Amino acid sequence: MPAQDSRELRIVGFLCNWCSYGGADTAGVGRFIQPTDLRVIRVPCSGRIDPLFVVRALMNGADGVLVSGCHPRDCHYSEGNYYARRRLELLKRFLPITGIDERRFEYTWVSASEGQRWQHVVTEFTRRIHELGPAPLFNPVSEADWNALALKASQGLGCSCHG
Amino acid sequence: MRIGVFICHCGSNIAATVDCPSVAATALTYPDVVFSTDTMYACSEPGQDAIIQAVKEKNLDGVVVASCSPRMHEPTFRRAVERAGLNRYMFEMANIREHVSWIGKTKDLNTGKAAELVRMAVEKLRRDRPLLAKRFETTKRVLVIGGGVAGIQAALDCADGGLEVIMVEREQSIGGKMAKLDKTFPTVDCSSCVLGPKMVDVAQNPNITLYACSEIESVGGYVGNFQVTIRKKATYVDWNKCTGCGLCTEKCPSRKHPDTFNENLCNAPSINIPFPQAIPKKAAINPETCLMLTKGKCGLCAKVCPTKCIDFEQKDELINVDVGAVVVATGYDLFDWHKYPQYGEGRYPDVITSLQYERLLSASGPTGGHIKRPSDGKEPKNVVFIQCVGSRDKSVGRPYCSGFCCMYTAKQTILTKDHLPDSQSYVFYMDIRSPGKMYDEFVRRAMEEYGAQYVRGRVSMIYPKDDKLIVRGADTLIGTQVEVPADLVVLAVGVEAAHGAVQLGEKLRVAPDQYGFFVESHPKLKPVETNTAGVFLAGACQGPKDIPASVGQGSAAAAKALVLLSKKELESDPAVSRVNPARCVGCGKCAQTCPFGAIKMVEDRFGNPKAEVIDTVCQGCGICTVTCPQGAIQLEHFTDNQILAEVNALCPPKILANCE
Repeated sequence: MPAQDSRELRIVGFLCNWCSYGGADTAGVGRFIQPTDLRVIRVPCSGRIDPLFVVRALMNGADGVLVSGCHPRDCHYSEGNYYARRRLELLKRFLPITGIDERRFEYTWVSASEGQRWQHVVTEFTRRIHELGPAPLFNPVSEADWNALALKASQGLGCSCHG
Repeated sequence: MRIGVFICHCGSNIAATVDCPSVAATALTYPDVVFSTDTMYACSEPGQDAIIQAVKEKNLDGVVVASCSPRMHEPTFRRAVERAGLNRYMFEMANIREHVSWIGKTKDLNTGKAAELVRMAVEKLRRDRPLLAKRFETTKRVLVIGGGVAGIQAALDCADGGLEVIMVEREQSIGGKMAKLDKTFPTVDCSSCVLGPKMVDVAQNPNITLYACSEIESVGGYVGNFQVTIRKKATYVDWNKCTGCGLCTEKCPSRKHPDTFNENLCNAPSINIPFPQAIPKKAAINPETCLMLTKGKCGLCAKVCPTKCIDFEQKDELINVDVGAVVVATGYDLFDWHKYPQYGEGRYPDVITSLQYERLLSASGPTGGHIKRPSDGKEPKNVVFIQCVGSRDKSVGRPYCSGFCCMYTAKQTILTKDHLPDSQSYVFYMDIRSPGKMYDEFVRRAMEEYGAQYVRGRVSMIYPKDDKLIVRGADTLIGTQVEVPADLVVLAVGVEAAHGAVQLGEKLRVAPDQYGFFVESHPKLKPVETNTAGVFLAGACQGPKDIPASVGQGSAAAAKALVLLSKKELESDPAVSRVNPARCVGCGKCAQTCPFGAIKMVEDRFGNPKAEVIDTVCQGCGICTVTCPQGAIQLEHFTDNQILAEVNALCPPKILANCE
């Protein structure tokens, strides 16, 4: 698996219990080999995922964040993933403004029966993160640093530390 | 807090690619972990006993088990923890089998990942608190959706068990596909003679209310207390008055409506009773072809009806019922074979489906049980059967085996010989799949006793020549091309999910698989349950099934419903949302977004609006928690702090370290 050739990166996955977590289980039962970089946090519904969780993970130095839920119209709680879709799409558009490379965040839909698809999603996302490389250190030490960052972001320049 | 960690080997399933003792040793360095060990099978009796013993001896407040998926054994371990005297929510699970050992081959990477997953579980558990379940009463009534043989069996079993049953059938009569069959394999007994009495039982059982010509409009509520709205479609006949005498169907001048019960082989009057044994035996008008409803003149049926039951003004009716459990038995549809250009795409009238052939064989069918080919009504001499039409074929998106087509084809060759002694049957097949009781013997009889010619190979094309159809295919056993002149070609069409099943699944919150069949809770251990509590599956809506399997599953689903509703009260999952009134500003956003209406707005003693969660209605999705601008409503067991603790366990916060 080419994505694993170098060292492991830090990828956080938020998975809804009913579809994608089950899909990841199905992939495991099917012994579909995947890169090991991803660690999964189980939540009841993709609608439970606060975009701030994603941002927190990225600010803490995660190299990538993957969110996966039930396919639209297929939610165990009937409409949780619609809320998720709206929030996550907005987040994706908002990330560059904060200076975070939006390619480090992705959201997908995987159902409990789609083990093969889960393998594909994980492998592809891991490959993408490895291509981007480790997230640059986000480590402002002083208030002046913060202000400089905020200024750059407000000019739409992105920040140097997050590429 | 005192936490105990147990790393399961799962035999060699985990231990082969994860260094379990080293993970256990690492876990001991995590905060609050006072005990950590590895164990061969944590879920086994000695494994659970060891957990209980450790809780008591080490005075633990919480337990982490790192083993398989929580979707598999979380309930098992929660019970064990409860037996040890802890609250069952003081338990967390790390999935190091499906998510680690089975998907990665490198041992040190796997070991590191497993240790991190354990760390996440420990950090979450440190923020867990005991939760207590609430109890609620249930409605002792079952909804059965679909009146095929599986639904009928489920309804009868539930009714015999003392539950009230509401049965909803989309068609005009119950009976499903089985009612259309002439004979059943491998006993070759008359299908409607077996099914008919059961259908009558449904009609006569005082515990069963049958709504035919009806569909599910909406489903709300939760296990034990579903609210269902049924749309009873207008039949333009008052079924309370109709006696099923059939006078109207004889006099109806319109014959344009294709007879769906006879698989469109003939036409039916616009006012019709689908077949003589129909339950309920009531007439219904087809609004598309009825002259009165389309052109406003005729009304002959209303004139001849002795009970004056025709009502051209009738409208759809919505009926609300409360039920405690739902059995889904919506069955299957036959694959639409017109996608196959090599079989003529419907250009040749003498290429028919197996179910059409079944109607030709049936004494109650359009030909009175005489095999006549549709084009000219002649008796066929050579009948060619083609198997695997829309099954085991990736090119049409049906890679799965439909399971029973081999058997019904063998049955049809036997029946063909019975009906036409000097006929000859040919069967083009890929493999013969006949794993049931007395099934393989039956196929052998078709070949040896009834002389059906089995040709192993696919058919490349069918083309007409004179008044015959030439079937050209391969015989892969002798390795040549063969051409068979056929008078009639019968396609053994495969099975696909019933149309509309996906939409019904959305209403019931039951997920379909990639082919549209409903997904069971566990393929081995929970074959009739779904992931939605209180909704059960019966028959071919879950996957292709023959009659015995459908009946068996119908009974199984009924047993599950009876078990569920035999309890006086059910326990609700206490992992629900909870409002902190001090932070709640009463904006009502949570109440707006809750898909279950589980949040009501109340006033506190100063008259300020506050949100309040109805415990037994809340399903624990947590949409409200994300919506709340104040963070005042938190989903128990999945609070913001808990999820953020997991994030922090994975990626230690750097910025905070700097700020501190």
